Amino acid sequence: MQDEPLTVRRRDLLSLIGTMAGSAAMYHAMTALGFASESRYEGPIRLEGDPKGASVLILGAGLAGMTAALELRKAGYKVQVLEFNGRPGGRNWTLRGGDTFVELGGFKQTCAFDDGLYLNPGPWRIPYHHRALLDYCKRLNVMLEPFIQLNHNAYLHASRAFGGVPQRIRTVKADFQGQISELLAKVAGQGKLDEVVSKEDKEILLLALKSWGALDRDFKYKASLLASEYRGYAKPPGGGLSAAPLPSDPLALSDILRSRLWRYLENFASYNFQTTMFQPVGGMDMIGKAFAREVGDVIRYHAKVTEIWQNDRGVTVTYVDARDPAQPQKATADWCLCTIPLSILSQLPINVGATMKAAIDAVPYAGSVKVGLQFRRRFWEEDDAIYGGISYTDLPIRQIGYPNTGFNKSGRGVLLGAYLFEGANSFEFTAMPPDQRVERTVEFGAAIHPQYKSEFENGIAVAWHRVPFTLGCAGYWSEEARKQHYRNLCEIDGRILLAGEHASALPAWQEGAILSSLDAIGRLHERVIKT
Amino acid sequence: MMWHAKTMWHAKTGMRQAAGVALAALSLQLIWPAQGADDSLAPKSHTFSSGYRFVEMSGEELYVNVCRGCHMVDAMGASGAGSYPSLVANRNLEASGYAIDLVLNGRRAMPPFGEMMSDDQIAAVVNYLRTHFGNSYQDAVTARDVQSARR
Repeated sequence: MQDEPLTVRRRDLLSLIGTMAGSAAMYHAMTALGFASESRYEGPIRLEGDPKGASVLILGAGLAGMTAALELRKAGYKVQVLEFNGRPGGRNWTLRGGDTFVELGGFKQTCAFDDGLYLNPGPWRIPYHHRALLDYCKRLNVMLEPFIQLNHNAYLHASRAFGGVPQRIRTVKADFQGQISELLAKVAGQGKLDEVVSKEDKEILLLALKSWGALDRDFKYKASLLASEYRGYAKPPGGGLSAAPLPSDPLALSDILRSRLWRYLENFASYNFQTTMFQPVGGMDMIGKAFAREVGDVIRYHAKVTEIWQNDRGVTVTYVDARDPAQPQKATADWCLCTIPLSILSQLPINVGATMKAAIDAVPYAGSVKVGLQFRRRFWEEDDAIYGGISYTDLPIRQIGYPNTGFNKSGRGVLLGAYLFEGANSFEFTAMPPDQRVERTVEFGAAIHPQYKSEFENGIAVAWHRVPFTLGCAGYWSEEARKQHYRNLCEIDGRILLAGEHASALPAWQEGAILSSLDAIGRLHERVIKT
Repeated sequence: MMWHAKTMWHAKTGMRQAAGVALAALSLQLIWPAQGADDSLAPKSHTFSSGYRFVEMSGEELYVNVCRGCHMVDAMGASGAGSYPSLVANRNLEASGYAIDLVLNGRRAMPPFGEMMSDDQIAAVVNYLRTHFGNSYQDAVTARDVQSARR
C-alpha cells in the first residue's frame, strides 16, 4: 500500500492497546474488532469448587463421553463410562489389516490392508479452527500431520463432459477464473459497470482482473505462457537445449459451465475446508486411543444400554453385555451424561420430560458410505503425480481421497475409493452387501484411474446406516427441527443431560462432540456446586 | 445400469415370505448372526440415481435399492445398539396412512424420504411392502393419498 490513510490503521491501534494494557486487553480488543474469533473454545475447562463426591455415569466412550470423563474426574467427580463397542472412540475409528467389522445384517469383513495402511471410516480431517480438538491432541500427545484438502493436480471429473476425461483441478480453476475475469474486464471496458464502480476503482479493478485471471495486455485469457503459469504447460520448462516451455490450451468457458465442474470448487473455498487441515499420524483413532490412555480404567466395554431411569435422587441405567445379553445389570450415579446417538437413544426407554423426548425423536441420521481400496502400487503418485488431496466426480463414488502420508514410497497404498454423504447414491450403496460396494467402487473409479483394473488388491466398505453402534453417520438436523427442538435437547432434564455432535452447531464434526461435552459438563458442574 | 433379474426375484419371493414368517419370532434373539444376511437373491447389478432424488420407480426396485439398506433383503430388520424393525407380517402396516407418513417424514432412526421420492414412488414402495414379506393388505394406496399426506 503506497498511500498512508489518514485514519489510524487497525493494526496500529491494536499495537497501541497491546503496549498500554497488555496482551489480554489486546485480545479482547481484537475480538471486538472482528479478529481472532476462530473458535468458541476458550482453553482448558476450569471446573472450580468441590463436587463433594458427586458421581456421574457417562454413556458412550466416543470423544464427547471421554472428554467428560477426563475433565469431570479431574474436577473430583466419581465417573463411570458404559460403552457398547469393545474399543474406545466411537466414530473416531480406523480400520487396519487384520481388523474385522461386522455390520448390521451380519455381513463380516476382515480388513486385508498391509501394515501401516488404513481407512478412517468416520472423520478423517481436522480444520485448523477446531481449536478444542487440537488442544486435546496437544495435551494428549497426538501427533498431527497435514491433511491435503486442495491438491491442484488432483482431478475434477464429469462423466458426460470432456469425453469423460478427468480434468486437473488446476486447469479448471485457472480457466474458469481467467475467462470470468476476461468477461468482467470486457463489460467494464464497455462502460457497463460505470453505475456501480467509480472511474478510479474501475482502473484498479482492471489491474486486479489481469492479475487474478492471468489476462494478457489486451485483457484476454488465452493459450499463452502467462496463462500456463496458472493452468500448467503443454511442455513445462526444462534444462539445456530443449528448455523452452510450450503453452497449453485452455478449456472453453462454455464447456466448463456445461460440465458443472465449477460446483466442486466450493470444496476448496468454504470455511470448514480451508487450509490448513490436519490428520493424526497413523489414523484418526489415535485420538480415541489417547483419551483412553487417560480414562480407559473407568470404561466398561461391550455394555449395551437398555433403559435409562431417573428419580429426584439419581439415575439408574440398565445394560447387558452385548456379546451375551441374557443378564441385565445396573449402574447408578447421581447424574447421567448420555452421548448415545439419537438414532439409538430414541428407541430406549428413558423417563425425561416431553420436550426433551420430542427433541430426541426429531433428528434423523445421515447416510454415508466410505470404501477403502488397497492397490499394488501408488500409481496416483507414480503415474499421475497426485500426492494427497481429493478428486471429485459425478459418479456415485463422489470422491477419491489420496493418502496424505507415506508420499513417494514404492509399494502398496490405500485410497479412499468412495465417500458418499446423503443423496440417493448413499442409500443405494448402503443397500448393497459390502463386497458389491467394493466391486462397484473399483468399476466406477476405473473411469478416472484406469490403473484400478490391474493394480487393485482388496477393499473394505463401511455404510454408516449399517454400523451397529450408531445406525447412521451423524445427526441430520433440519432447520425447523433445530429451531423447535435444539434447546430442549441440550437442557438439563432432572439428572440427565445429553452431549455429542448431535447436541452442537457443528454436526458430524468431532469438534462439535467436544464443544457440546464441555458445555454440558460446565452447566452440570454449576448445578452440582449450587446444590 | 438397470438390473435384469426381476423374474428370479419374483419366483422366489413367495417361498421366502413363508419362511420369513416362521422365522420372525426366532430371529429376534439373534443379535449377532454368524453369517451375513443372504443377499444372493437380490439382483447383482444395481440402479444408481444421478441426482439427489431416486430414479427407481417400482416398489420392488425401491425396496431393494433403498429400504434393504436397513430392513435387509428379507425385511427382517437388524439389531445392534439399536434396532431396525422387521417388516415381516408387520401389523403396523395395516394402517396405510401410517406407512405413508413414515416414508414421507421419517421417525427416529428412520430418515424422511419425502424430498427424495415422488408421490408415485412412495405409493409404489408402500404398496409393495403391504403386499410382500408376509403382508397382504389389499387396499392399495395412490399417489393422491401420498400427496394429501405431505405437510
